[in-house]
Amino acid sequence: MLAWTIYISFLGAFAMALLPKRGAAGPRIVALLAAIASCGLALTSFIQNRTGEMLTVTDVAWIPSLGIRYHLAADGISLTLGVLTGIVAVAGVLFSWNIDNRPREFFAFYLLLVGAVYGVFLANDLFLLFVFYEIAIIPKYFLIAIWGSTRREYGAMKLVLYSFVGSAMVLIGLIAAYVVSGAHTLSLSALAAHPFPQHFQMWAFPLVFVGFAVLAGMWPLHTWAPTGHVAAPTAASMLLAGVVMKLGAYGCLRVAMTLFPLGLAPWSHHVLGFASWREVFALIAVIGIIYGAVVALVQKDFKFVIGYSSVSHMGFILLGLMTLNQLGLSGAVLQMFSHGIIAGLLFAVVGRMVYARTHTRELSELGPMALNKALPFAAITFVIAGIASMGLPGFSGFVAELMILIGTWHAYPVFALCVGFGIIAGVAYVWRAMQKAFFSSNAATVPHHAHEPLPPISLPERLGAVLLIASSVIVGIFPQILLNVITPALNGPLLDGLRNGRWP
Amino acid sequence: MTPFPWLTLLTFVPVVGAVVVLLFGRRGARPIAIGFAVLSLLVTLVLWRGFNHASGDLQFVETHAWIPSLGVQYHLGIDGLSLLMLILSAIVTLIGMAASASIEKRVPSYYALVLLLQACLFGTFTAVNFIHWFLFWELALVPAFFLIALWGGERAKPAAMQFLVYTMVGSVAMLLTFLALYFSTHTFEFAELARLTQSGQLMPVVNAALGGHWITAPHLAALLFAGAFLGFAVKVPAYPFHTWLPAAYSEAPSGTTAILTGAMSKMGLFGFARILLPVFWPEMQRFATMLLWIGVATIVLSAFAALAQKDLKRIFAYSSINHLGFCLLAIFAVARFSGSGALADEQYAAMNGVFLQMFNHGLTAATLFWFMAMLEQRSGGRRGLDDFGGLRKIMPVFAGLMGISVFSSLGLPGLNGFPGEFLLFKGTFPLATWSTALALLGLLATALFLLRILQRVFSGPLNPRWATMPDLSTRERVLLVPSIALMFVLGLYPQLILVFVNSTAIHLVQGLHL
Amino acid sequence: MNIDYRLLALLARPEIILAVTALIVLALDLSILRKSSTGMRFAVASLLGSAGCLAAIFSLTAMTAQQSLLDGVLLTDPTIRFVQIAILALSIITLLLASQGTFTSNIGELVLLILLATAGMLFLVATQDLLIIFLSLETLSLSLYIMAAFHKPSARSAKASLQYFLFGGMSAAFLLFGFSLLYGLSNSTNLLQISASIHTPLNPMLIVAIVMTLIGLGFKVAAAPLHFWAPGVYQDAPTASAAFIASGSKVASFFVFFQVMCLGFAGAEGATGIAHFVSGWVPALALMALVSMVLGNLVAIVQTTLRRLIAWSAIAHAGYILLAIVAHTPRNLGPLLYYIVTYALGTLGIFTVLQAVEGDTGSDSLACYNGLSRRAPFLSACLSVFLLSLAGIPPLAGFFAKFYLFVSVIAAHPGSKSMLWLVIIAIAMSAVSLYYYLRVMKRMYVAEPDEDAQPLAPQMFLKVLAGLLAAAIVLLGCAPHLLLRWIPGAQ
Repeated sequence: MLAWTIYISFLGAFAMALLPKRGAAGPRIVALLAAIASCGLALTSFIQNRTGEMLTVTDVAWIPSLGIRYHLAADGISLTLGVLTGIVAVAGVLFSWNIDNRPREFFAFYLLLVGAVYGVFLANDLFLLFVFYEIAIIPKYFLIAIWGSTRREYGAMKLVLYSFVGSAMVLIGLIAAYVVSGAHTLSLSALAAHPFPQHFQMWAFPLVFVGFAVLAGMWPLHTWAPTGHVAAPTAASMLLAGVVMKLGAYGCLRVAMTLFPLGLAPWSHHVLGFASWREVFALIAVIGIIYGAVVALVQKDFKFVIGYSSVSHMGFILLGLMTLNQLGLSGAVLQMFSHGIIAGLLFAVVGRMVYARTHTRELSELGPMALNKALPFAAITFVIAGIASMGLPGFSGFVAELMILIGTWHAYPVFALCVGFGIIAGVAYVWRAMQKAFFSSNAATVPHHAHEPLPPISLPERLGAVLLIASSVIVGIFPQILLNVITPALNGPLLDGLRNGRWP
Repeated sequence: MTPFPWLTLLTFVPVVGAVVVLLFGRRGARPIAIGFAVLSLLVTLVLWRGFNHASGDLQFVETHAWIPSLGVQYHLGIDGLSLLMLILSAIVTLIGMAASASIEKRVPSYYALVLLLQACLFGTFTAVNFIHWFLFWELALVPAFFLIALWGGERAKPAAMQFLVYTMVGSVAMLLTFLALYFSTHTFEFAELARLTQSGQLMPVVNAALGGHWITAPHLAALLFAGAFLGFAVKVPAYPFHTWLPAAYSEAPSGTTAILTGAMSKMGLFGFARILLPVFWPEMQRFATMLLWIGVATIVLSAFAALAQKDLKRIFAYSSINHLGFCLLAIFAVARFSGSGALADEQYAAMNGVFLQMFNHGLTAATLFWFMAMLEQRSGGRRGLDDFGGLRKIMPVFAGLMGISVFSSLGLPGLNGFPGEFLLFKGTFPLATWSTALALLGLLATALFLLRILQRVFSGPLNPRWATMPDLSTRERVLLVPSIALMFVLGLYPQLILVFVNSTAIHLVQGLHL
Repeated sequence: MNIDYRLLALLARPEIILAVTALIVLALDLSILRKSSTGMRFAVASLLGSAGCLAAIFSLTAMTAQQSLLDGVLLTDPTIRFVQIAILALSIITLLLASQGTFTSNIGELVLLILLATAGMLFLVATQDLLIIFLSLETLSLSLYIMAAFHKPSARSAKASLQYFLFGGMSAAFLLFGFSLLYGLSNSTNLLQISASIHTPLNPMLIVAIVMTLIGLGFKVAAAPLHFWAPGVYQDAPTASAAFIASGSKVASFFVFFQVMCLGFAGAEGATGIAHFVSGWVPALALMALVSMVLGNLVAIVQTTLRRLIAWSAIAHAGYILLAIVAHTPRNLGPLLYYIVTYALGTLGIFTVLQAVEGDTGSDSLACYNGLSRRAPFLSACLSVFLLSLAGIPPLAGFFAKFYLFVSVIAAHPGSKSMLWLVIIAIAMSAVSLYYYLRVMKRMYVAEPDEDAQPLAPQMFLKVLAGLLAAAIVLLGCAPHLLLRWIPGAQ
């Protein structure tokens, strides 16, 4: 049943060709229905599968000569991220209700991307995972290049090429794993159980990890992210920062850390002060957190602030992954969900509510517009999104960041301090953006556009905002909803090698 | 049979109210909101009825698993002080809503935010572990910020920002301290931490987990104490962390200020009494002198600052700082003698005084700001000390009732301000003689500026400008009656409150020794 | 030496059918259809030619056994039959594509050349004898040279063909010289016997023979540094000819390349490790592959016409495929065949779209493709499928082909670092190729059409053909075993 999330999205994409060329209502409605249907399926499966065990969805032979099977399965982590995809996809359609330039193609590419993302989260055969991972690349290009804004063609090409290079690295790792294991299968469970030699894992792990981490915006390979997200249209930014970056983090956990756990083991001797890949990537993650936050602090363009904040928050996730304890890992997965929602919300406000109306994103120009009076709903939504992003209790980010913080404390106490600094910097840059854009002290008492008032926030935007805020609040108050399925997944057989007695 | 979750219900009711107001408040947001506030008050009264006065333990306790991986439980409970604060919050919110009659733009949002603020207050006062406490402590900032920034006066936005920044910084410090405690003890529960302090185990455990070459044990304890202290001190506020308050209180709409001063400031004091004191009393004892000086400074300097103000709201704002300074002083004095068991009766008295004063000040200050709101409504926003004059001639009822409230704030016997102050002084004087003596200066200054208000505004020649100012309408008089009546009742019969906070005060003080 | 003529007739049945068809077509065209319109003549000729190819395919499917004439001069086995059927199918598609052309009035001759070239290819893959290889190669090449010049009014077509001919003739000379040396060394023209006579240390004459063979065969597949003819021919030859050169002849050439190197030079491989370098043809071929991949992809980036872009990308793809030969184990043949067949399908698809666009706009500069998605949505979608398949994006056939190829290359030599590095470079270069393919798609979908661009009205026939090819690419990508099960030894 869950596989239909993929198929419905793809069918929706192809159905766009049947709609009349003019008219935006048809594509919007079809896209919304497809997104809601997939979201509903994901939610239903999530609710039904409370035990969080691995649930096989489909398993048929595909290319017997290579031992490749079309195998879809979902455990707690997949279900969580599937629900995230559903929610953000629906919100994205709602926030794209105003697209009237080639709407058919827009929603076709959008649904293709959504379907491919569902596929990655559900795939349990590495070839299949890779196929879906790559399918996601091309729609991204067109969504940005055609409907984007600042430097869109450059941003789109950069994003695609970085993604492709990352996936090329993953491909090498996968082929190597396939050949070395000699097992004539690319099934995740089989390869996870296979004891690869340690020296092999020592180079395969960083290769595959970095390959996926490029898409997760790991410093210093993150430069595609701010450019790409800023260039992208709102719904694409929401999906990109909200969900697609999580593909990278998911790949790091699901592929790199599951197949090659010994790659994280300590080396026989120290190199440049590091004792293992784990330390290297933990440090890189911390640098990413701080770098992203500090750079966000000095941006003049509203959307760049959000773009760099995504880099910073993804650093939290990668750090959580490197803690290798249950708290840190569950915190990382929870943060994947939380940041997905919150990033979606932030981009929605900046891109759709503000930019589409004011046609500027420069903080200095937005200030005098007195947006808190002109667009009160946008101001309130941004403040809520901002405080959720800061990690205020009551929203999903608090518990996730707290868990990562405590997990990091157990693993690398010094890094925990840096994380704290990152959180504080996070407060600072959201604050600054909020203040400058909405509550600027040099706001004219008579708004700039008094004679041409900004169009009010439309109903689809409100619905989308409410959907995202509600998701964040619900998970913030009841994080157990997600933790109940994430924890069994972390304790499952797939991660045996990684666990190695470290938890529960 | 699991008991009915009254406390969860209590916190939930205003949230539901906020949603209803937002959805259906096109017309009549105010009546709906007031309806929900009355509902909350009724629930608090139910709690009052079901409360067992004799016991000093937590009642109406609710426990559920919440985040097992962090060892955090959904744990609520109230004792006498909490119950008092819950009732106060309910009353003050009603007063605040009544005082918000002049709010005209985006009315549904305003009342929704007020209800959300009330929910956060309820949540804070029912918290028994740090996560729950912190959740609502932080969340309360959001509606407060918006209420000040969006409906406030001309310089509301910087004031709101300042309020937010100060409180946030304090919260971060508090968070760090409690995280450090969690790392060492693996618990967020206040009762657990207090037990550890009682057995003298807390700081050794913390030192074992966090200490080392980089810091000595006493310094570590001091550092953690400073963090928690900062968080609460900014909220009360204590000198010198008070600078956000005058601007925020005066720029906010008077109805909001009523709630801010009536209930939100009590969050800080609640934190001092229920959290800081049981967990950190050894450190408070160590730094007693400095703390007492802070208390005295708060009292005296704010009173004199009030003397220098020309804006009525600012005067009342500084007056709030002054009154709460007394509570702070009493708490610090109690802490000074903790651990020894000496002067126990005085400690009980001081504690009871603090609790009484918290309630009474809340009621009085909220009512005073209600009067401010009504005055502003009539004067078109003017609220300078010298703007008025001789209003007694044309608004006798107004002058009379406001006069009662002012005298209550002054501490006139017969009104509710007196019993609290009396008990407080009675308890604190033996515990911290010099400080209390110095604090009397503040009392003197308070009398001065409060009387001056009465004189400048109500007495003297009538300012011709306000010759046509209407007196209190019948509706306003009816609405004010409960407040004023309560002031008299509690002034003459403070037993009403004392009877169910006494056990809590005793229990609290008795816990302050090894 | 007794030649079993019945066996010969049996083994050569497809070629005979083709030859007969070719003569029939020529006869018809020169006599009865002399006065008909070009379109009619093309249609009849192509249909007849396709019918002949179909008949040849049927005759191939009727053969089942593994048989050999004169010990390898002409043989048949399942693999060879597969390749032959593939070649015939590609020729059919080329004929269909040619039927839309208007560039010549010598239609009968053109179809004759195509069919005879096909016959040459069929012989080429069905033999393990040096002489037959050379003869068939020349049959193929001569036909191709002429086909390249078929657009008589165009001087550039003639120039390209002449360049092709001179280059081709020279490399044929090298090949022949190399073959002579091999005969001298082993006293036989049979590949298996030649390999039996190879022993290390390698005879210097053998090394010379290897190099010459590499030059000769490398030319056919357009591998660097023997690629210089390709851009010119792709650019200036008529569409049908260029399509034929780019598809069918590549399949045959790569197959025979594999056979010659792996069967013929089976003892002289050498090894490519830096630390343990052994002299042989593998290092040389690896170098050729490396240069092809890098050069082809990098130069393709700066091309301004679609044809040249395809030409340089063909050089790059030749590099990837050569890796299968570098790996030189029998299990690499299957992936090689899968790759080249799907590549040929994709290239034919691109040429189909090219024909449509050139036919309407008269130019194939990349600027013509601006905004194509608005002017001809179906064709743009098909072109996108072909380009993405060449780039290696799933779920298209090109992705699986690359994956299968790389897996087999590494699996053939699990411990070899140099193989690993070659694959890494191949994958990296694929990433580069995505860049220029995506740029073409960018023009189609993102860029606005030029002001004077008219909407295209491509013929329905071309649309159907492009659609079928695109569907085939998608189908083979999603269900590769549809093709894999026909490739012997690929299971």
